Amino acid sequence: MKKTFKLEGLDCANCAAGMERGIAALDGVNAATVNFMAMKLILDAEDDKFEQVLKAADKVAKKYDTDILR
Amino acid sequence: MTRKMKKTLYRIIAAAVLFLAGMILKRYTYVHAALLIAAYVLVGYDVLLKAVKNIGRGKVFDENFLMTVATIGAFGLGDFDEAAAVMLFYQIGELFQAYAVNQSRRSIAQLMDIRPDYANLRRENGELEEVDPEEVAIGDIIVVKPGERVPLDGVVTEGRSSLDTSALTGESIPRDVAEGDAILSGCINMNGLLTAKVTKPFGESTVSKVLELVENASDKKSHSENFISKFAKYYTPSVVFAALALSILPPLFLALTGHGSFLSIFPGWFKRSLIFLVISCPCALVISIPLSFFGGIGGAAKRGVLVKGSNYLEAMAQADTLVFDKTGTLTKGVFAVEQVSPADGFDEQTLVELAACAECYSTHPIAVSLRRAHGKDIDKGRIADVTEIAGKGLSARVNGRLVHVGNRKLMEQIDVPCPEGAAYGTVAYVAVDGAYAGFILINDVVKEDSAAAIRALKSCGVAKTVMLTGDSDASGRRVAEQLGLDEVHTQLLPGDKVDLVEKLLAAEKPGAKLAFVGDGLNDAPVLARSDIGIAMGALGSDAAIEAADIVIMTDEPSKIPTAIRIARKTVGIAKQNTWFALIVKIGVMILGALNMANMWAAVFADVGVAVIAILNSLRALNTKDL
Repeated sequence: MKKTFKLEGLDCANCAAGMERGIAALDGVNAATVNFMAMKLILDAEDDKFEQVLKAADKVAKKYDTDILR
Repeated sequence: MTRKMKKTLYRIIAAAVLFLAGMILKRYTYVHAALLIAAYVLVGYDVLLKAVKNIGRGKVFDENFLMTVATIGAFGLGDFDEAAAVMLFYQIGELFQAYAVNQSRRSIAQLMDIRPDYANLRRENGELEEVDPEEVAIGDIIVVKPGERVPLDGVVTEGRSSLDTSALTGESIPRDVAEGDAILSGCINMNGLLTAKVTKPFGESTVSKVLELVENASDKKSHSENFISKFAKYYTPSVVFAALALSILPPLFLALTGHGSFLSIFPGWFKRSLIFLVISCPCALVISIPLSFFGGIGGAAKRGVLVKGSNYLEAMAQADTLVFDKTGTLTKGVFAVEQVSPADGFDEQTLVELAACAECYSTHPIAVSLRRAHGKDIDKGRIADVTEIAGKGLSARVNGRLVHVGNRKLMEQIDVPCPEGAAYGTVAYVAVDGAYAGFILINDVVKEDSAAAIRALKSCGVAKTVMLTGDSDASGRRVAEQLGLDEVHTQLLPGDKVDLVEKLLAAEKPGAKLAFVGDGLNDAPVLARSDIGIAMGALGSDAAIEAADIVIMTDEPSKIPTAIRIARKTVGIAKQNTWFALIVKIGVMILGALNMANMWAAVFADVGVAVIAILNSLRALNTKDL
């Protein structure tokens, strides 16, 4: 399942890149893209694990001072 | 400025005041120290807190941590002034960076401020109500008053007007619309009142699609961005280790070779390594690339060129071979009479008149062009016995005379000899009462700006311009000559086009890109196969928007050199920023290692460079003169 989320607090492009790498490395994630300019996260993850993946992504985002908006 | 930014600004101002007070009262050592520490904590507490939190989360090479180490290290060395100043300037820089990024985002939003805010919905009782365009359904009737922006895609049911399509096409030439014509959201209704029936919901309207396309274009990253991200990943740890090495190895070496004790030599080198720590953040490098491309994409959209990904814009800058489809791309795809060649005893006007009359009932494009060339109304009473001869033409009685209009085979059938000719186009031969009357050459008309477009491409440095067509050899070659194309391939079947593009791709130099330009409807496989697929005439064509990587809203081939120029400017800005940032950072690092630079230089190399790069990126938005 591929879903797009708005991000809040993303000021630093380096953080965006780090976040993208961190989320892409999570278990169950097929692909992750962070669009720094438009402030969004595009998450492609396995359907049955999606909620868990999202929660794990929240933790990654927190490291970079960013919130994933639902 | 957001609330968060305003809060930070107040903290900075307060801390600056404390700092200045501390500097003024320098001789009162304890007061001085206290004020400076207060300034430092006030302006930097969030950095310190984040540093600690992130270590807990495992993020060691975090700029917060590195800044903390650098400034506390400076305090440790007794450089209270520098420590506080560095933190102060770091925060000022970070604030400016956040502000500039925000401004960029807003500038582009403003540039693309084509979104309609409301629609005048006509309710069943006939009254007009101002509603959110999202609430309007397909089939609803809306009214667009003069001066208003068309809120939704629809078909005019009443009224006539001119539309300013510049929000979508970048063109200021108005388009006339009347009953039955389609109107597109985003356009501005200029002078007449229009009533229209909505054909698409707001989410699927042209303006929504365009805005979505521009926003999503940053999802697809350019090679430069990916490269810099990877580079940045290794940059920070490398600089930190270099800092570590710089703080320990030289003092160790010097101590061991008898230049003094380790502890006495260490502070000097430690100080230099702190400079490295301040520079270790790659923000400037990373931030300016997406910003430049975002600007470039927004600027291109303003010109009616929709680029669906930063990677495509980047590729356009390296476009070396341009392959064009002929019909509908370089030509209008509409037939028109080009030449009238009457035989003895006939004149041009009569020939066209007879042919047009004979073809008066036909809907064939040839018949349409004959009638258009004739230009006058046809009295159908003068025409009788219209007989179609499949595959060859037709015959009719015009004012009593037997007129045959058709191809060579028709002339052969009725035993009328006609001259051989270089048929570059479609020839309609005419026979009157069994005698040859002449021929009319009908051709697909080349677009007005095609020749200029090819010239502009060549002056842009495009090495090869190629045209592909299914048309006859004579036809194709003639157009190629007219336009000055380098290569032409004719009589192609659809499958041949793909093969040819494959061959051209194989012949490409490494790094050079091939762009194919078509109308999006028939060229999907070729568009997909090319490095860059460009579709034209996308205004109102969903298929074209879907099919290509770059979509040109109007029918003008001259937008392609524009796209190349925008691409080159954008990539140029991204490159400038990258080199500038690298040179300054490495330069300051070298100077710092040689004790020729202090913390102030380091702060500039970190924050100053980022700010300059961001400001430079904003130039990509300006595509007016391209």
